[in-house]
Amino acid sequence: MSVDSGARSSTLRALARLRPFVRPALPRLIAGMAAGLLAGLVALAIPQLLQVLVDSALQRGDASAVLPAAFGILGLGVLEAGAILTRRYLVLTPNTHVEARMRNALYAHLQAVPVSFHDRWPSGQLLSRAVHDLNLIRRWLAFGVVLLVVNGVTVLVGAALLFRIDALLGALFLVSSIPIWFVSLRFERSYSTAARRSQDQAGDLATAVEESVHGIRVLKAFGRGGHALEKFERQADELRGTEMQKARATAFIWRWLTLIPDATLALCLVLGVVLAARGDVTAGSLVAFFATATVLRFPLESIGFLLAFTLDARNATDRFFEVLDEPVRIADPIEPRTLPYPKGRLEFRGVHFRYPDAPAGIPDLLDGIDLMIEPGETMALVGLTGSGKSTLTALPPRLYDVTGGAILLDGLDVRDLRLGELRRHLAMAFEDATLFSDTVRANVLLGAAPDAGDDVLHEALGIAQAAFVYDLPQGVDTVIGEEGLSLSGGQRQRLALARAVAAKPSVLVLDDPLSALDVETEELVEAALRRVLSSTTALVVAHRPSTVMLADRVAVLERGRITAVGRHSELLAENEHYRFVISSLDDEPAEGAVA
Amino acid sequence: MSTASVSGVTGEERDDLSRTESRSMRKRSQRLLLTLLRPLRKQMALTLAVVILSTAAQVAGPTLVAVGIDQGVPALAAGDWLPLVLAGGGFLASIVMGSLLIGWYRVLQARISQAVLFDLRRQVFRQTQGLSIDFHESYTSGRIIARQTSDLDSIRELLDEGLGNLVSGVFYTLFTALALVLLDPQSGLVLAVAVIPLWFLVRWFQTRSQRQFRVTRTASARLIVQFVETMTGIRAVKAFRKEEQNREKFAGLTEDYRQANAGVFRLFGTFEPGLVLIGNVTVATVLLFGGLRVASGELAIGALLAILLYVRRFFDPLQELAMFYNGYQSASAALEKISGVLEERPSVADPAHPVDLHTPRGAVRFDGVEFGYRGGAVILPRFDLDIPAGQTIALVGSTGAGKSTLAKLVSRFYDPSEGAVLLDGLDLRELAPAHLRRAIVMVTQEAYLFSGSVADNIALGKPDATRQEIVSAAKAVGAHAFIEDLPQGYDTDVNKRGGRVSAGQRQLLSFARAFLADPAVLILDEATASLDIPSERAVQDALQTLLSDRTALIIAHRLSTVAIADRVLVMERGRVVEDGTPEQLIGGTGRFASLHAAWRESLV
Repeated sequence: MSVDSGARSSTLRALARLRPFVRPALPRLIAGMAAGLLAGLVALAIPQLLQVLVDSALQRGDASAVLPAAFGILGLGVLEAGAILTRRYLVLTPNTHVEARMRNALYAHLQAVPVSFHDRWPSGQLLSRAVHDLNLIRRWLAFGVVLLVVNGVTVLVGAALLFRIDALLGALFLVSSIPIWFVSLRFERSYSTAARRSQDQAGDLATAVEESVHGIRVLKAFGRGGHALEKFERQADELRGTEMQKARATAFIWRWLTLIPDATLALCLVLGVVLAARGDVTAGSLVAFFATATVLRFPLESIGFLLAFTLDARNATDRFFEVLDEPVRIADPIEPRTLPYPKGRLEFRGVHFRYPDAPAGIPDLLDGIDLMIEPGETMALVGLTGSGKSTLTALPPRLYDVTGGAILLDGLDVRDLRLGELRRHLAMAFEDATLFSDTVRANVLLGAAPDAGDDVLHEALGIAQAAFVYDLPQGVDTVIGEEGLSLSGGQRQRLALARAVAAKPSVLVLDDPLSALDVETEELVEAALRRVLSSTTALVVAHRPSTVMLADRVAVLERGRITAVGRHSELLAENEHYRFVISSLDDEPAEGAVA
Repeated sequence: MSTASVSGVTGEERDDLSRTESRSMRKRSQRLLLTLLRPLRKQMALTLAVVILSTAAQVAGPTLVAVGIDQGVPALAAGDWLPLVLAGGGFLASIVMGSLLIGWYRVLQARISQAVLFDLRRQVFRQTQGLSIDFHESYTSGRIIARQTSDLDSIRELLDEGLGNLVSGVFYTLFTALALVLLDPQSGLVLAVAVIPLWFLVRWFQTRSQRQFRVTRTASARLIVQFVETMTGIRAVKAFRKEEQNREKFAGLTEDYRQANAGVFRLFGTFEPGLVLIGNVTVATVLLFGGLRVASGELAIGALLAILLYVRRFFDPLQELAMFYNGYQSASAALEKISGVLEERPSVADPAHPVDLHTPRGAVRFDGVEFGYRGGAVILPRFDLDIPAGQTIALVGSTGAGKSTLAKLVSRFYDPSEGAVLLDGLDLRELAPAHLRRAIVMVTQEAYLFSGSVADNIALGKPDATRQEIVSAAKAVGAHAFIEDLPQGYDTDVNKRGGRVSAGQRQLLSFARAFLADPAVLILDEATASLDIPSERAVQDALQTLLSDRTALIIAHRLSTVAIADRVLVMERGRVVEDGTPEQLIGGTGRFASLHAAWRESLV
């Protein structure tokens, strides 16, 4: 059984990693175990008292001993209940603290790890770790580990008592209980395979549900609801099959766990009666034996379940640490420098970047970017879809780190600044505008100085043409986002822009921030934005000539490099790729096409 | 909400439900449960019979032990093996039967649970697909997903874990009590007295835990929202340094959740020892009276043992029974919500007598159409409009002018409140859904991709398409080049490693989808917004050929679309204010002429 013991020791090792979180709760956990042990031992003591009662008094028709014995059993019974109460109270509160500590640690770590980690991990996966797995670990700490110890000791003591009552009966009981272990191990193997599969299939089914809801317009537009339903039914049926496998495994263990202890009792009954008839055991011993064996029923039965529980807890612990072990690759420097008064010169010096999961053999997405944006200058970034424009804008605030070269702010490598300071100097607006479940005010002032007041708020809303917020039910104090009012794409984009503007950064990074606006609103925003950009360094990703007009100069991104930098008119005249990318259908006037 | 109604999903968000209203919601979910269970009647009867037999067999044990001790011992001492053989053999037989039956019961019970779940899942999924867009817009995706995931989960938990234990537990307790009364009525009386404090304890636990579980559910829901929001918006979190603020908020939510959980445990911490205490006091009392009678020779020792075993076993399943109530609470709340969704009727319903349209020409006519949301203001006042087959229409106007609403009427995402929309002279409401969707396809701004390969996603337009057809559709819209550059080309999984697809590329894929579907009427609602200019140009070129023999309705902010239109409609506040060929309108002095001038300026 070397494989098995290897697996067990690694299970112990895996669970031992919980130590730092559990340590503060450890004294009470151990005290709780002691209380649990006391309860178990008291439960075992009751039958022994019965034996004394039966043998010493009842057999002889002596009623005087009944009352004291009943009081003795009552006393033990109260003690058992008290011990259980103590165990519960000792163990439970500290364990909720353990769980809370672990959950907060996980959350903090998830906020610290780089964006590239989140690209790989869907939020549903992380959520199930933060909620389901941690719940399981807490329950295991509160019950699993306590009962494992308590029941183990109870079984050992109980077995010793059975031997004391009668060695032959005790031996028979123990020997016929052995199959429980084999049955439990077999159950655990077949069940855990099915359980894992069912978890995966349930996840797939949830994905199918989400897609069918998020993609409802597409499914309806093409009349493909029937196909989606068929596919869903197939998946739901697979899940049902797996669940039935689980049920059959459970039925198997139930069958044997009722059969083995009861059959053991039946064998013991026959043997006991034979022994009693021969006068080898007393009636009191027989009574005590059966009463003790009944007490041992639950601890014996529970062992299989507790082992499975322990393995589940181990898996949950592994999943927890899988996330927590992820290194924080983008972190504050060891010896941070500081920029108290940034002028806002942003420089890309030989910048290379590739995504960690990019297949080998393809060139870097950004393949040696050299670009200098002077203080106060607005630089537009133009390139084809998929050329890496958005990726490039994610580099200065270190959402990703460059894989080669460096980005400098006022001549200082951005990696030498504390993240908090760097991101205070830089503010971003993304194409897919993320707002949080909070008021409009809190969302817009998120990146602003702590003392920023209403004037900053109203100014930013004005620039982003977001006056619609004043018409919301509670104006700027209306809660928006997942838990509040839902806004249209164009409205969210304007608020995200207002947020970037309100931060009053030294460098503003805008990733196609106007794509969801109609032409007229876009024009108004641009006119207002021009005032802000006159004094702020900015990098603006542009798809449209109108956005390019915001910029002093334009950089053309082509095959991972900046191939040209210049004014719009110059580039239009000299650069063929630029013309291809930016010049619209105005070469072929509408009249011509219609004619 | 003066018109108090709980029909459909309207009761869900209200916490001021009157008695009659909550009763009607409960009735509704009970009706749903009955319809789910009705087809399973025979299986349920069998399951019930099996569980009754199996618990009866298990409960027989202690009595047989008593017989063995009280009669087997003296008989055997006299050399008579028969009572022992009978008692031992009967014990063994009842055990084997009981355990086989309990295993069978577990399987039968799971089969019923799984059938109910499967049926419910299918019903909700089908209903979700069937409900109209206006329902989805107001009900939000998060809630409809929650109905199908977390709500179904709590029902699953109840069916999986709770129900099986409940049924066997109830019979076990019942039979144990019965056996005790039959064996010794006097001890039965003691147990009957013990039931009184027990009843109070269970009552107390249920009321308190019901409240506490609700607190826990609310706390965990808030925790989950904060968690998911942080993880999905991680870029903005980092860029705007929200980490510290988030950590504090999350720590507060974790603490709320912790306290809610601790409250539940405190209840259990009182309940479990309370049960044990009542059980032990009962055992001591039974022993007192029983012992006295044994001493006086009225009761056999074995019988006393059996009585004590029965009393102890009586309390075993009680904790699980009390737990069941909580599972039942959350499952019935979930079922109420689900039954509300199932009660909703789609505002755009399938026709009762569908009319076929095998070879659509693509002539669209609005006949006295008026549109407004149910109970809301009129969005599109009454109008008529004729679009001959094969015409390409550009629909322009500012945000909120009603362009998308008009498009949604043509694609029958909405039905008009007055009048009719006709395709080739047939009312859309009477067309067979499959034929309607075959004839009219709409491509919107949100180009949604489903998990699966790029090819699968394009093939959504035509499920039986060959690879050849898929590739030529991609080529036609200019998507072929970037697809070929993906790690596995057309077989790249759009959600997996290396499958990064930009917003513009998504739109190209959804164009390819529409191209493959080859409808008679094509509607493009802002379908080019995320494209870069070269791609847009390629799409425009493709559209020139694609649209030559079909009807098209194109909505775009960018007026470049007008280049390929035969006719332009300008909308303002729900009305068509200008209607003519592009050159007519550009040459005129109307709204379009000024829009066009402004747009041309923006292109310089």
